[in-house]
Amino acid sequence: MNILIYLEDRNGQIRKPSLEAIGAAQALGGNVSAALIGADLGALTEQAKTLSVSAIYTASDSRLANYSSRATGRALAEIAKNANADVILVGATGRGKDLAPRVAIRLEAGYVPDVTTFSNEGGEIIATHPVYAGKAQVTVKVSTAKKVYSTRPNLWKAPKDAAASAPSVQSVAVSFADSDFAEQTKELILSQGKLDVAEADIIVSGGRGMRGPENWTLIENLAQAFGAATGASRAVVDAGWRPHSEQVGQTGKTVSPTLYVAVGISGAVQHLAGMSSAKTIVAINKDENAPIFSIVDYGLVGDAFEVLPALTAEINKLRGH
Amino acid sequence: MNIIVCVSQVPDTTTRINVAASGLSMDPAGVKFILNPYDEFAVEEALRLRDKHKGEVTVVSVGNDTTKETIRQALAMGADKGILIKGDRIDSFQVADMLAAAIKPLNADLILLGKQSIDFDGMEMAPMLSELLELPAATVVVGLTIDGSTATAEKEVEGGREVISLTMPCIIAAQKGLNDPRYPSLPNIMKAKQKPIQEVAGVPAAARTTIVGMTKPDKKRANHLVKTDGNPTAAAHELARLLHEEAKVI
Repeated sequence: MNILIYLEDRNGQIRKPSLEAIGAAQALGGNVSAALIGADLGALTEQAKTLSVSAIYTASDSRLANYSSRATGRALAEIAKNANADVILVGATGRGKDLAPRVAIRLEAGYVPDVTTFSNEGGEIIATHPVYAGKAQVTVKVSTAKKVYSTRPNLWKAPKDAAASAPSVQSVAVSFADSDFAEQTKELILSQGKLDVAEADIIVSGGRGMRGPENWTLIENLAQAFGAATGASRAVVDAGWRPHSEQVGQTGKTVSPTLYVAVGISGAVQHLAGMSSAKTIVAINKDENAPIFSIVDYGLVGDAFEVLPALTAEINKLRGH
Repeated sequence: MNIIVCVSQVPDTTTRINVAASGLSMDPAGVKFILNPYDEFAVEEALRLRDKHKGEVTVVSVGNDTTKETIRQALAMGADKGILIKGDRIDSFQVADMLAAAIKPLNADLILLGKQSIDFDGMEMAPMLSELLELPAATVVVGLTIDGSTATAEKEVEGGREVISLTMPCIIAAQKGLNDPRYPSLPNIMKAKQKPIQEVAGVPAAARTTIVGMTKPDKKRANHLVKTDGNPTAAAHELARLLHEEAKVI
């Protein structure tokens, strides 16, 4: 089985969800190669050479300095044909979820989004992905010969770099149409130093129990102690205390971090759906009967305003800050 | 401006999902179905653009007779007419394919939809339509301006925002934050009952994926509760110890 991984880059670095997709591919078993698509791929190709892949395929065009979805879709589909790929894996990031369905259409392949587990049963791949924001999950078979999947971040380990694998590098010529560039990224505005909840390994979320946006420094301090991203419940996003990009839940982001800490969040069904696949769940709430406590590994029944400073100090101590 | 809005019918966010006896899908018994929340932002944006640039808003959905209620909800918000594509479908590709076939002859200037349906959450529809209709698309859009034949979309990405320019016609997938969707007024709900919903027969292509099972998450949790008992510092110390020594997450 030939598996092709799309290597997503940002700020000159291959992103972690792409490396995790290599881990997923290795677990499936097969010959793993990687695709790089962009304008100037020299430095990224050098980075990719240290990965545990057998070959690196590149497609470059000066118009691809920024991601352009139709052009990148065409390039990845062309590379997949060149690499004779049976399976194409893309990290389920914002970009990945845009790119993977395009490649599936171009290759007339079936696509499964946001895969959380794979099994290989006698050569047949069975994928699971959460539905209804994690209130249920489906197991899915792809019936076409070529198969496209996006893999949810944080669930597979990125393999250790393999200096000895010495992958071959092959450039693939792609004939782009002008209409491929009818959509152009003009500008990327990054909020400096902020970890995104969708990819964070640890998340500290606050809810209405925090009483007001002015108290968020308590959440931010604990998040900083953990090295975590900050999240929020729908109630506080709707109230305008926090931006929607932080919302965890069915109409926000569905997350699978190693550790999820919910502070002052009672636990509405739609919030629980978004975070119930976290490896370890912790809640801090004054109300012992809050629904959130029914799904936690560890709970602290108490006033967040008293507990958070003490917990922040404890975590800082443990992490040697 | 000729605007198409694709909508879908989904279980309400407060629904507790139960698996049907087949073990393959959700049990619809007792479930309240609503217009997909992200599609509400798409409908609202369409109405605002129509009011500014003149034109017409057509709501399109793939489904069956019960899907008409969802189309009516968009009509009650103010859309002009509806198209119901009747067709059986088991995967997203079939939905995209039937939508593309119905939309293609309509000469749309703009196609709007929600960034995802809150049932299967795949975020596939906009990119699939983009490829099938060969039109540019922007997803997860929180800001949109139209100037002549160019659309400028502000898109949410991990840790920031991207500004994207698209030549029209184009596809825009709405994210929460794009606007504040209106509530249908009672007169508009009454008016919507008179608005036309055209029914067309969808011709489903072969499905490319098959669901072989649906289950509910069954992860067992330790459920270890620590109480402050008037000593928050001790409780915080105990929680930190559990995370460090037992859960080994720090």
